[in-house]
Amino acid sequence: MFGKLSLDSIPYHEPIIMVTAAVIILGGATVFGLLTYFKKWGYLWREWITSIDHKKLGIMYFLVALVMLIRGFADAIMMRTQQAIAAGGAEGYLPPHHYDQIFTAHGVIMIFFVAMPMVIGLMNLVVPLQIGARDVAFPFMNNLSFWLTVAGVVLVNISLVVGEFAKTGWLAYAPLSGIKYSPDVGVDYWIWALQISGIGTTLTGINFFVTILKMRTKGMTMFRMPIFTWTSLCANVLIIASFPILTVTIALLTLDRYLGFHFFTNDMGGNMMMYVNLIWAWGHPEVYILILPAFGVFSEVIATFTKKRLFGYKTMVWATVAITILSFVVWLHHFFTMGAGANVNAFFGITTMIIAIPTGVKIFNWLFTMYRGRIQFTSPVLWTIGFIITFTLGGMTGVMLAVPGANFVLHNSLFVIAHFHNVIIGGVVFGMLAGLTFWFPKAFGFTLNEKWGKRSFWCWLVGFYMAFMPLYALSFFGAMRRMQSYEPTGWQPLMIVAWVGAVIIAMGIACLVIQIIVSVKDREKNRDLTGDPWDGRTLEWAAASPPAHYNFAHLPTVSSIDAFWEMKQQPGGFKRELAHEFEDIHMPKNTTEGPLIGLFAIVFGFALIWHIWWLAIAGGLGIFVTFMFRIFNSDTDYYVDAAEVEKIERAYYKRLEVQV
Amino acid sequence: MATDTLKQHDAHAHDGHEHHDTGAIKVFGFWVYLMSDLVIFGTLFATFAVLLSGTAGGPGASDIVELPLIFVSTIFLLVSSFTFGLAILAQTAGDKGGVLKWLAVTFLLGLGFICLEIYEFHHLIAEGFGPDRSAFLSGFFTLVGTHGLHVSLGLVWILIMFFQISKQGLSDVTKPRMLCLSLFWHFLDIVWICVFSFVYLFGAMS
Repeated sequence: MFGKLSLDSIPYHEPIIMVTAAVIILGGATVFGLLTYFKKWGYLWREWITSIDHKKLGIMYFLVALVMLIRGFADAIMMRTQQAIAAGGAEGYLPPHHYDQIFTAHGVIMIFFVAMPMVIGLMNLVVPLQIGARDVAFPFMNNLSFWLTVAGVVLVNISLVVGEFAKTGWLAYAPLSGIKYSPDVGVDYWIWALQISGIGTTLTGINFFVTILKMRTKGMTMFRMPIFTWTSLCANVLIIASFPILTVTIALLTLDRYLGFHFFTNDMGGNMMMYVNLIWAWGHPEVYILILPAFGVFSEVIATFTKKRLFGYKTMVWATVAITILSFVVWLHHFFTMGAGANVNAFFGITTMIIAIPTGVKIFNWLFTMYRGRIQFTSPVLWTIGFIITFTLGGMTGVMLAVPGANFVLHNSLFVIAHFHNVIIGGVVFGMLAGLTFWFPKAFGFTLNEKWGKRSFWCWLVGFYMAFMPLYALSFFGAMRRMQSYEPTGWQPLMIVAWVGAVIIAMGIACLVIQIIVSVKDREKNRDLTGDPWDGRTLEWAAASPPAHYNFAHLPTVSSIDAFWEMKQQPGGFKRELAHEFEDIHMPKNTTEGPLIGLFAIVFGFALIWHIWWLAIAGGLGIFVTFMFRIFNSDTDYYVDAAEVEKIERAYYKRLEVQV
Repeated sequence: MATDTLKQHDAHAHDGHEHHDTGAIKVFGFWVYLMSDLVIFGTLFATFAVLLSGTAGGPGASDIVELPLIFVSTIFLLVSSFTFGLAILAQTAGDKGGVLKWLAVTFLLGLGFICLEIYEFHHLIAEGFGPDRSAFLSGFFTLVGTHGLHVSLGLVWILIMFFQISKQGLSDVTKPRMLCLSLFWHFLDIVWICVFSFVYLFGAMS
């Protein structure tokens, strides 16, 4: 009846897990209680859960990412603590089977459920506004993508309490992830969480690719698009081309585990090297899916706060395109030691080093933009400068790893861990936090507190260096990744330094949370009604903050790069005035099918993980039937009539007058 | 071409200004989806090629291929692509009855293809050559089966379109969907030509 699921699947004997679960359940119950008490369920359902508004979806993506950042960071600090004490024969406080789950969960959560939702959240919030569109090409699909991502998040979190998570490392290399060596449900949680959320990501990729190509406002040619839109476009190309590979790879592993196929098994002709190739053929483009939009954020931030047009717009675009293409021909550098042969290794070593060239072009473009500019040292600029230095350093250790000979020494050592945290924290996290501070007023109509933002930055920066520079050093002493305990007591001092670094990062996260709370509290003081708090350059700053659900009452016409800046430079400047005439605006309606399909996807995934076949069929049918409802639902869009638009616009200009 | 047909229609479908041509955007979006689907098949072809020699003492490609059977199912699928083309011509002419007629014919041909595939798979498994026999057979069943799964979904989609068009007629909703379905169906035909060439013809020759 319940497949492999029984009451024994809940790890009662693990106090850490039980306490965490209790906290989560209490927190959930509190939120549930508050929502019920203040009668907010209807509001939540109408305004958020069923919303197809790209701005609200963007905010929800970011919210999910921030919550999961705390979960992923809890894993991180547990690992650092374990390594700080488990030296010279000491076992620490985490047994191997728990430690292995933690490093797997940390990687999976940070990449799939923190970095990806942040990147996709920013794209949602910003891209349609930047290209002067009223929504994305497929608004229903946008809502569905979000709920599929949430389904993945929910499955990962269920694994904390019911059963266990994978003990294989975040990419679940075969044959370790095969049924023979991982007979428990951990890998199945990994499979279905990533498969379901991965399909959501693919749909997002298609959606934004079409949006950017087909929904740009009048006059916005490709080479007038803001850089963030360009980098998002390239990231979406990468999603469309690489996520299907992940889908197939996970599907083949699923067939191996569920139906006894022999793709990646040790015996019967299976080829586990195929698994490693496939997973990295997706995995390497994936890191560029994360970093390219971050590059876009830095470009917007640096141009805005130096009050200059970005240096080398066209080279920036071509560098982005070059990285997009090159990212597909470097995957083998993740496993030089596999033994593909000297020539193959040399080829992939060289292609990897070539990627440093367009990336270097970008770094110089940012530097030259700042050169002789009037730089305002706001917190987004601090994140950007911190990024330029940290990322350059991380990039150089990357080039070191790209030398196949050196790689044979460094493979699977802490050097690799230090390197990719160097580029992911220094690049993606700094970028997304810069983006959060930069576009927060666009989403909510008030700016974030600068004091706490800067504190957060300094904690993150100092914490990062303290946590990861010791790992570079330790790798030269022979420290490998994923060690639950180690013999040489000489490593312990540096491990403790790394632990202190992690604690400082924790303070950075705390400052971030405080920053948001303080800013919400002081929102009247930080109110920005003009919609343009930073004297911005691109179209999103032409809209109100927060924008009306249709974004623009009249779609703007564009005649150059930095369209909004140009408008402000016209004789007489840009004036926010009430238009004389309004017209009906065609908009999509909210959807109940999106969240419902997400819900059924959770049921479907959970049932498959535990081999509860009848429930899996029910979940699958639920998805199908809900989808049929959508197909036969002809009531999916409507016209906001001109009078309504006028009312909304009048109200906005009235508030604007009061403020001025 | 598919998009042009839509544009002529959509140009005067809405009077609103600043309105994007949603039908054409849908077809374009579906086209992009097909490209990502193509990556799925590309990956499966690569896997199949890598595992070709992983027979583990079991049958190889030449032992399991039955060209006469595959020839018949190939003809079914190719002709079904043609009949779907006729359905689209009928749609352009505004002939609802013609659309339904050709959809029905396409459905039957597709069903014939799937039945033959099920027969082939059943036959192989009964002989002990199932996908769990060797890596080669895993690759074979997965590549051919994924195509078969797509065709089956296409059949479900044809049924839905048949039902929807007979109820709602040829409308702004159903017409772009028919164009997407036609892209999907022709796409599966092209993929099948690759499967037929690389799996069956090369298999028979090896």
